[in-house]
Amino acid sequence: MLVGMDDMGVITVRDLRRRYGGAGGGGFDAVRGVTFSVRRGELFALLGTNGAGKTSTMEVLEGLAPPAQGAVRVLGRDPYRERARVRRRVGIMLQEAGFAADLTVAETGRMWAGTLSAPRPVAEALELAGLGHRTRVAVRSLSGGERRRLDLAMAILGRPEVLFLDEPTTGLDPEGRHCTWLLIRELLGSGTTVVLTTHYLEEAEELADRLAIMHRGRIVRTGSPAEVAASRPARISFELPQDWREPVPELAGTRASVAGRRVLLQPDDLQPTLTALLGWANSRGLVLGALDARPASLEEAFLAVAASSGEPVNGNEDGEDVAA
Amino acid sequence: MIAGIVIMSRPGQSAHRVWALARAEGVLLRRNRLALLTALALPAALVYTLKAAPSVAHAGGSRSAGAILLTGLMAFALLFAVYYNLVAALVARREQLVLKRLRTGESTGAEILAGTAAPAIAIAWAQIAVAAVAAVAVFRVAPPASALLVLVALVLGTAVFVLLAAVSTAVTRTVEMAQVTTLPVLMISFASSGLLFPLTLLPEPLRSAAQALPLTPVVDLMRLGLTGTAASGHHLGPGAAVGAASVPVLVLAAWIAAGAWAAQRWFRWEPRR
Repeated sequence: MLVGMDDMGVITVRDLRRRYGGAGGGGFDAVRGVTFSVRRGELFALLGTNGAGKTSTMEVLEGLAPPAQGAVRVLGRDPYRERARVRRRVGIMLQEAGFAADLTVAETGRMWAGTLSAPRPVAEALELAGLGHRTRVAVRSLSGGERRRLDLAMAILGRPEVLFLDEPTTGLDPEGRHCTWLLIRELLGSGTTVVLTTHYLEEAEELADRLAIMHRGRIVRTGSPAEVAASRPARISFELPQDWREPVPELAGTRASVAGRRVLLQPDDLQPTLTALLGWANSRGLVLGALDARPASLEEAFLAVAASSGEPVNGNEDGEDVAA
Repeated sequence: MIAGIVIMSRPGQSAHRVWALARAEGVLLRRNRLALLTALALPAALVYTLKAAPSVAHAGGSRSAGAILLTGLMAFALLFAVYYNLVAALVARREQLVLKRLRTGESTGAEILAGTAAPAIAIAWAQIAVAAVAAVAVFRVAPPASALLVLVALVLGTAVFVLLAAVSTAVTRTVEMAQVTTLPVLMISFASSGLLFPLTLLPEPLRSAAQALPLTPVVDLMRLGLTGTAASGHHLGPGAAVGAASVPVLVLAAWIAAGAWAAQRWFRWEPRR
């Protein structure tokens, strides 16, 4: 992680709120007070279930929509009010955007380059995105994955200092995803700051310096992927023999739950707990059936968030939703 | 701080962006040769057909018949080639999420609108040029009393109907709906333009109202520019013609201001969800 290169943050978001529809009962609060900052050269990932408010947050950072409340700064400026000044230094890949279907890939790139202040050569951008061999093909003939790569080529065409990627690898095959990851790493290496949303936890684990998990318009976990994963305990599960009577020993820093013969331990520290458990079992000649031990994972942290109900919101109607 | 050193957007950059967008639209237009050919053949065919029409044949060869024909064709070009086509084109681009993408770049809303409108404008102006050539060939039209007023009519009229098209897209969800949502502007503009019947037939409050509608001042300016004749039918000298042009020019300027404001207020870059 690059720390201290730019303490102010390339992006700062303070108490951001967004609301669709009017004030009062008919509206919907998509973003409910989000605060974070992104440092120069780092990749910040926004995770969350569908409808968590990721895209609504991105739209404000991109300058496509004003915040209902709160302050957002990108490169020190208001991306909505000072759009012209911010945009030339920013690249945006939307979750979904269209092309003129009858233009070729190269024509599409040339058109876009013509609207940018300091574009890189179109051929270079297409090559980087893995479309170098498809330049003369009409956009209507591209596969879904190729269109996604063209989206990416357009976003990086202006040599952006800050790159916004809204689900950049959705719809890509594993190879395409891997290529996109390589390109993103290359851009990070050259100092580009990236904000990315994704549904793929391994993508965040692979690329993110820091991430935030959003749920119902709020950030509920934030930190490095390892830190966020560590917010959850590790898991050890096993089965005791049918006729086993002795209770499982109390282990420090561990929650235990028993369902019939099946035991689930959730230790804060995996290794000492596992060592103690295996020592206890060995000393009794006990064989633990279906033994499974795994460290805390981002996926588990994510699923725990997704399964939780939203924290109650002042005066709002959906605070009492039951966990799924 | 590096972020503090900012180059202001210059007019040259703005023109560059509009050109890039318009050029791509031009490529798309060229890919649709049949539509392009039809659009250009139509006005010429119309001029030759109208020559045979009894009412025109009766006034045949007269200076005013050619001028009226040319004015009428320009009105049609503004209403259909610019206004109607542009409503349909903008709605199609919005539904395809193309406008949404263009909004993520450096181009301003006005630049995107201008770039997208460029082919529609080019076709309309080419139609008028073809019609002018045909009218000269068929009707022996005299040189215009004031070419400047003709040009002003063309430029301001185009600006008004481009902006009205942008505003009309706010109530047009789909391309098919454009056939319905454009009717009020098309019918009211045309009916009250003075082309269908002389506005002098209208009682006073209605006549003033008609003068304030978007197509009427374009027709007035065209008549002044082509024949030097005021709406009342009086022939004016070149100096008086320019003086008489001030009211329609102001009306068009007011429409442009109102259209720009309304477009900024109601234009949608994305389909309704």
